[in-house]
Amino acid sequence: MLSEEELKEIQEEIKQYPYPAVACIDALKIVQHHRGWVSDESVKDIAQLLSISNEEVDGVGTFYSRIYRKPVGRNVILICDSVSCMIMGYQSLYEHISKKLGISFGGTTSDGRFTLLPISCLGDCDNAPALMINNDHFNRITVEKIDELLKRYK
Amino acid sequence: MEIPLTKNIKPGLVAYNLEDYRQDSGYSSLLKVLKNMSPSEVTNLVKASNLLGRGGAGFPTGVKWSLIPMDGDRSKQKYLICNADEMEPGAFKDRYLLEGNPHQLIEGMIISAYAIQASKAYIFLRWAYKKAEAGLRKAIDEAYKAGYLGKNILGSGFDLDLYVHSSAGRYICGEETALLNSLEGKRAVPRTKPPFPAISGLFGKPTVVNNVETLSWISHIIENGADWFKGLSLTGTGGTKLYGASGRVKKPGIWELPLGTTMRELLEDHAGGMVDGHKFRGALPGGISTDFLIEEHLDVKMDFSTVAAAGSRLGTGTMIILDDKTCPVAFIHNVERFFALESCGWCTPCREGLPWVEKMLASIEEGSGKMEYIDLLKFNAKYMGPGNTFCAHAPGAAEPLQSGLKYFHDDFVKHITDKKCPWR
Repeated sequence: MLSEEELKEIQEEIKQYPYPAVACIDALKIVQHHRGWVSDESVKDIAQLLSISNEEVDGVGTFYSRIYRKPVGRNVILICDSVSCMIMGYQSLYEHISKKLGISFGGTTSDGRFTLLPISCLGDCDNAPALMINNDHFNRITVEKIDELLKRYK
Repeated sequence: MEIPLTKNIKPGLVAYNLEDYRQDSGYSSLLKVLKNMSPSEVTNLVKASNLLGRGGAGFPTGVKWSLIPMDGDRSKQKYLICNADEMEPGAFKDRYLLEGNPHQLIEGMIISAYAIQASKAYIFLRWAYKKAEAGLRKAIDEAYKAGYLGKNILGSGFDLDLYVHSSAGRYICGEETALLNSLEGKRAVPRTKPPFPAISGLFGKPTVVNNVETLSWISHIIENGADWFKGLSLTGTGGTKLYGASGRVKKPGIWELPLGTTMRELLEDHAGGMVDGHKFRGALPGGISTDFLIEEHLDVKMDFSTVAAAGSRLGTGTMIILDDKTCPVAFIHNVERFFALESCGWCTPCREGLPWVEKMLASIEEGSGKMEYIDLLKFNAKYMGPGNTFCAHAPGAAEPLQSGLKYFHDDFVKHITDKKCPWR
């Protein structure tokens, strides 16, 4: 069931649109903001609220890369694997983080602290390699810097 | 040399606030337009300036606006959308403008919305641009409070509401019609054209979609005129351009320069040349959906028509440099893998062709490729080309592939005959 807060936020979005279904992406983002990811149950709740089918909501939810349809860790590390970051060596960053945390792309540490994901271009190509942890951007990242950086996220 | 778009962008990208912006004659163009100009006068001025769309396609902005039906019935809803999705790998120019001078964009949008008589406008923002989002929301808030947005703007009777939509993340959202579907809360699948957005766009209403850099020009063109704008470029096309470079150059970054600056000047004077011990092998001049240019093209003027004549596209104007220590097959594989992952899956050449291309490139890079793959890759590049697909995604993917196969043919062959990557 959607929380009162989620419901209020989604209804606020619906107001600015000609019909409720337009708020589908907003609703998915709101639920994810509160719960970390979007479960099947939440998909059904959103569908009911917006008067569209579960399948439509799921179709939208699975289309966009920033909507998680599976649980993720408390912190999500996004390593840019696009071409400018490839030239500047994201691979060694990935290998280092992967070894340190014991997870590959798509994995979550057993303590639920980190999920590691590849991401396409973050628009920081002149400062490659770039990565994001949650909503924070970091660039010109080296293997030396990354250990310090990870300590900040509990 | 004039650099109107970036002259007020501060080092470290602290957003130019409303007070500072106003002191540098900010919002005076808006006042001039609302007081003295009719919507069609604004459109005609922008048309006369020959401002070409800075999102990559280079379509004349004024012409795009003039396709909007203007039958005088102001009760009919129209929309203006700023495409700030900038998901093209290697592109980071719009971020610079969004973070550095949000009011310049907002003023441009209000004037543009007035020209087409749109009463609602959206900024469709790349999901990762968190700093830009915060800056834009603050600037929009300031603009509402100052009476530049909302009902009866500066007493003119013109109304405009401006919203920011932060994307949920997908490259295809940058495609004009896919963007419309995404704003409507749907999967970002491109639409059939015609009807073009000017007739049936957002929610089926007439809609103009313009890039950040394009819209950031509008207040300057109003202030200084069409001839001034044309005189800024080296080629007569009009304006300056935000150029950039990434890869193994000494000073990767972004620079506002006259449109038509050569690739050599960008590379040697502004990007500081290649990092010591690295040689230039080629560049994608404007993001990954543009054809490679190589050493023989270094003196090509980076203008829409001259880059096209050299067999590529100006695109976003942000170059990705390929150096001799980077494997060109790995480079192209990375690019094609991106396109394969980001395909929306709607039409066959893109959905089926791109993963096929990606797999062949992966096997060549790993040393298990076969010689016939080269012809198969060429076949796919052609099959994914213009005319066979709904949108420009697969044709964009075909550009670095076909030109890469042409310019780096020997490197492909060597991977296959040696059964390994020479760079590994």
